[in-house]
Amino acid sequence: MAKKEVDDRFKKFGTVSFTAISKTNDFIDYLEEGRVMGTRCRDCGATFFPPRSDCSSCLQSNMEWFEVSGTGKLVSFSELKYGPVGFEDDLPYTIALVDYGDYKVFGRISKDIAYEDLEVGMGLKTESNILPNGQLNYVFTTP
Amino acid sequence: MGRVGIIGVGQSRFVRGYPGSIRELAFEGFKEAIEDAKIGTKDIDASIIASAPEYDKQRSPAGVIAEYLGLIPQPTFYIESICSSSSAALKVAYSMVKAGLHDVVAIVGFQKMSEISSSESQERMGRGADIQWESPFGTMMPAYYAMYAQAHMAEYGTTLEDLARIRVKAATYGQINEKAVYRKEVTMEMFTDPESNMSAHVAKPLRVGDCCANADGSSCVIVACEEKAKAMCEKPVWILGIGAASEAVNMAGRALVTGLSVSIEAGKQAYEMAGMGPKDIDVAEVHDCFTIAEMMAYENLGFAKPGEGKELIASKETYKEGSIPVNIDGGLLSKGHPIGATGGSQIRTIVLQLRGDAGQMQVKDPEIGLIHNIGGVGLYGNVTILGR
Repeated sequence: MAKKEVDDRFKKFGTVSFTAISKTNDFIDYLEEGRVMGTRCRDCGATFFPPRSDCSSCLQSNMEWFEVSGTGKLVSFSELKYGPVGFEDDLPYTIALVDYGDYKVFGRISKDIAYEDLEVGMGLKTESNILPNGQLNYVFTTP
Repeated sequence: MGRVGIIGVGQSRFVRGYPGSIRELAFEGFKEAIEDAKIGTKDIDASIIASAPEYDKQRSPAGVIAEYLGLIPQPTFYIESICSSSSAALKVAYSMVKAGLHDVVAIVGFQKMSEISSSESQERMGRGADIQWESPFGTMMPAYYAMYAQAHMAEYGTTLEDLARIRVKAATYGQINEKAVYRKEVTMEMFTDPESNMSAHVAKPLRVGDCCANADGSSCVIVACEEKAKAMCEKPVWILGIGAASEAVNMAGRALVTGLSVSIEAGKQAYEMAGMGPKDIDVAEVHDCFTIAEMMAYENLGFAKPGEGKELIASKETYKEGSIPVNIDGGLLSKGHPIGATGGSQIRTIVLQLRGDAGQMQVKDPEIGLIHNIGGVGLYGNVTILGR
């Protein structure tokens, strides 16, 4: 992974990023490659999404990346009619929580799925996504 | 070590666009509490100031406010846990008094939400969550609670009509609370009338009518050690139980999505400390920042079984005449929700109820009251049990 002098890759995450620098900056490179990744503690096996660089179970910092793959279950969702400053062009959009068993993923529903077609419990997969403003995020789509 | 009593309570009117500065706003709640306690500023040994700092232009408001209230050179401290800041401050004040550090402590909660412009406020709302992993998706407070509502509806068959009933109740009492920001009636019909503002979606499935009213306001609670409380006050109200808990900030880290785990945990602690259970509670104030939040509070505090909160409101058991009256001051929904002042205002309501001083809002002869105050979207939970 190419490292700049100031590694601020995280500013590319989401419509508006509020974080520029994180030890999980590699998440952005994986996203550019089309992969959504979490972290797993090599010492105690604890699994984390969103990814963390430090383990809250054993307090070690020995993480490996794993890919969020397969189908999770839709836990809940909400369609926003108003958004914070900077998100106006995205409206309306739907945020959601998807359960993969060992971990859950919070994100957005793909624009390809109509709100009316969403149902708690339905299967969804997680995909990396390029936003109209060139930023990166991930969305939940139909498997 | 003796008990800790509440000897004075006060709050400002909750308003839109308070015509004064934060120190002047804090003065209003404080003055009412000092007059209620019939004491002077020199009787107060320490103060705790509580607010959510992102709304304040003033850095470290505690010193500025303590000076304005005539509380120097006594020590002053600043506590924040967003919307539950003044309940968290009560726990700290309780600890100070119990430890014997200070005999009389004033907790002053305040929030001037209009201190910043509407666009600044919108920008901050986007940061009211996990700013690294959630906010980049464009999150807002109503949308998180809407997700809890959606999950509750899917799990238990709760309906939008059930949620609307909670707002109708809040408005019933907001109309008779002269300190409330929203003093109009809300009817069930408004939620289905496309012409009514109440029916407009904010974050599906929640509508404008499901959301609390932003406001500017202040509150004050004065606590004292048992000896001084008895000497200074005719009708002290005692702190019997006090619980607090925290939860993962990111929704992805949460096991429960049909209730708030912090309500369950903080409630358990408070009940255990008081040696009581939900059936012992005669009157309650719960954190109804959204209608679904009150529904979940019924269930998480044990007033109803999980999924049965809807029956409690449908049968009007949480009205003034019911078996467990809840938010008989209009709640956050109608009284208003000036973040840092909210917990102190809830405590004030219960103190007035237990003393029999609640006027038109008075519940019949309550002995034990409960306050449930949440910070963020179930990030922090505080439950306090009071008795006379």
